[in-house]
Amino acid sequence: MFELLGIPPQALFGQVLLGLINGSFYAILSLGLAVIFGLLNIINFSHGAQYMMGAFVAWMCLNYLGMNYWVALLLAPLIVGATGVLIERNFIAQLNSSDKTRSVIFVAVALVAFVALTRGLSEMSVAVKFVIAIGIGLAASSAYSWRRPFAPSETQTDHLYGLLLTFGIALIIQGLFRNEYGSSGLPYQIPPQLAGGQNLGFMFLPNYRGWVVVASLVVCLTTWFMIEKTRLGAYLRAATENPTLTQAFGINVPLLVTLTYGFGVALAAFAGVLAAPIYSVNPNMGADLIITVFAVVVIGGMGSIMGAIVTGFTLGLIEGLTKVFYPEASATVIFIIMVLVLLVKPAGLFGRTA
Amino acid sequence: MADVISTDAPAAGLAVTETSKGTERLHRAIFIGLAVALAVAPFVAYPVFVMKVLCFALFALAFNLLLGYGGLLSFGHAAYFGMASYVSAYTAKNWGLTPELAILSGTAIAAVLGAVFGSLAIRRQGIYFAMITLALAQMVYFFSLQAPRFTGGEDGIQAVPRGKLFGLIDLTDDRALYWLVAVIFMAGLLLIYRIIHSPFGQVCKAIRDNEPRAISLGYRANQYKLAVFVLSATLAGLAGATKAIVFQLASLTDVHWSMSGEVVLMTLVGGLGTVFGPIAGALVIVSMQNYLASLGAWVTVVQGCIFVVCVLLFREGIVGVIAKAIKRPL
Repeated sequence: MFELLGIPPQALFGQVLLGLINGSFYAILSLGLAVIFGLLNIINFSHGAQYMMGAFVAWMCLNYLGMNYWVALLLAPLIVGATGVLIERNFIAQLNSSDKTRSVIFVAVALVAFVALTRGLSEMSVAVKFVIAIGIGLAASSAYSWRRPFAPSETQTDHLYGLLLTFGIALIIQGLFRNEYGSSGLPYQIPPQLAGGQNLGFMFLPNYRGWVVVASLVVCLTTWFMIEKTRLGAYLRAATENPTLTQAFGINVPLLVTLTYGFGVALAAFAGVLAAPIYSVNPNMGADLIITVFAVVVIGGMGSIMGAIVTGFTLGLIEGLTKVFYPEASATVIFIIMVLVLLVKPAGLFGRTA
Repeated sequence: MADVISTDAPAAGLAVTETSKGTERLHRAIFIGLAVALAVAPFVAYPVFVMKVLCFALFALAFNLLLGYGGLLSFGHAAYFGMASYVSAYTAKNWGLTPELAILSGTAIAAVLGAVFGSLAIRRQGIYFAMITLALAQMVYFFSLQAPRFTGGEDGIQAVPRGKLFGLIDLTDDRALYWLVAVIFMAGLLLIYRIIHSPFGQVCKAIRDNEPRAISLGYRANQYKLAVFVLSATLAGLAGATKAIVFQLASLTDVHWSMSGEVVLMTLVGGLGTVFGPIAGALVIVSMQNYLASLGAWVTVVQGCIFVVCVLLFREGIVGVIAKAIKRPL
């Protein structure tokens, strides 16, 4: 067998594969962030929490409902995407509205419901009561605003408050899961169809890891195709460019905004399901990952869909190689690259100058 | 304080000068009130708790200088707070520096770190600025995690000696240490007040409100942004370095992103862009943490709920609401 720079090929290609897997998560997550940022002008800080939710929904599907991995792979993005739609409608869309009544109703009803639930029922865990109270609050505020026309705001959301709002939502989601499931992590088995691996001669390729890279690539390229080549994608790009004008052409921009947020969140959940068998299902799994993804986004710039995909995979690969040649720097290499990019090309590799 | 406000009835013509004079008097009254409260506090409340509030209040004041008056949202202020805390703890414990020198060295490191990170982060604006500061702070976190010889890794630096101030005054007694912390806090607050109301502060506010316009008037916006960033990081470092001496501990919690989130929360609850808001915010949040300490991970959920409710319904914060009610900037 040959050796590269004194590194046995098994170790080298093993880390390259791991790097590609991390890279596919970076790519899917930064893709979702870029799509959301383009239309909503906010950075979705809860993206990491929603990635974690995807893994947890897959775990719940298996352990509570007996659904296998493949069903969860379809179902989890739908479920988490639906919660994303709720978040967009009830919180993010309210950021700019001058009518605060809806939010007041939500907060008041949810608070009363939570107190009533904690007084009344004792057999449920507090986290479940909390979620039910939120649901009741949302139902009440939706009932209030039922059939009230939703006026799209002229001003774009102040990015500061969008960031703080989604940061708060991320804290809530992570705290709830930590209360309910602890932070030690839950195991999730690799689906039997993908157990085992292939001996490629120069390395051993576990089937599941190969599947993760292929599935991520397919999802990323499909998303790129949808946005760049289809009619729906054209609406989306038009609304990103000028929401008011697009609205004037008869396209329902608020609906498009909601669906876009839901779609971005669903992408994060999809990555979470893919990650579940590789890393253990853990309430904190998204918290640190999302910060690395922010660095990826800064490096790539959020102007281009293909840019996000390429940057994600490349950085994952570089991180994997750093683990082989200089393991001490593997946690910080992406941040160091970010610093270099900021020095040389502040707008990001694929970014447009703002 | 009440009669100070009531004697002030601005005439129409002189409204501007009269109001600002009245505001100045009001602020002076608040400063005197704060000084009295600080003098009484250790006899009424547990001194260590008050010191914790003061350290975090100074941290939040420093953060607010950057966000409220510079318009720059840094999501990585834990880096300066935590690094200063590590350096102050390390020098006090391993080099045997006296507390004032340990605090100064921690503060100096925060200033250097602020200058480096600030000059990188101001290359981008808005949302990217927040992400860059967060990513840089995460780099500091990983460094702290991986350099156990300096930071003690997961254990942190424990049992930091409080030492003798100037080699003379023994600080092991909580009361003695309290006066030092109170003086540092008051000095920090006065400095920030002075910065905000100086010509420099006015230019910072102009850049915050309309950067292209400030540039067109001939101000070098980037230099001002960097200067306010370094000042903010330095004061955050002062808070962190003092905290390490008070609690005799510097740990990974101080550099973690959740600490950056906490200081944002304190500032938001107290009132963004108000002089005294961060103090109120720090008092509320630290009290809440003490009160809810037994609830474990629920503290995170409660903090998240406060974030959401504040952003949706209560953006002015406590002091902002009061300022609106009495129609005076606070």
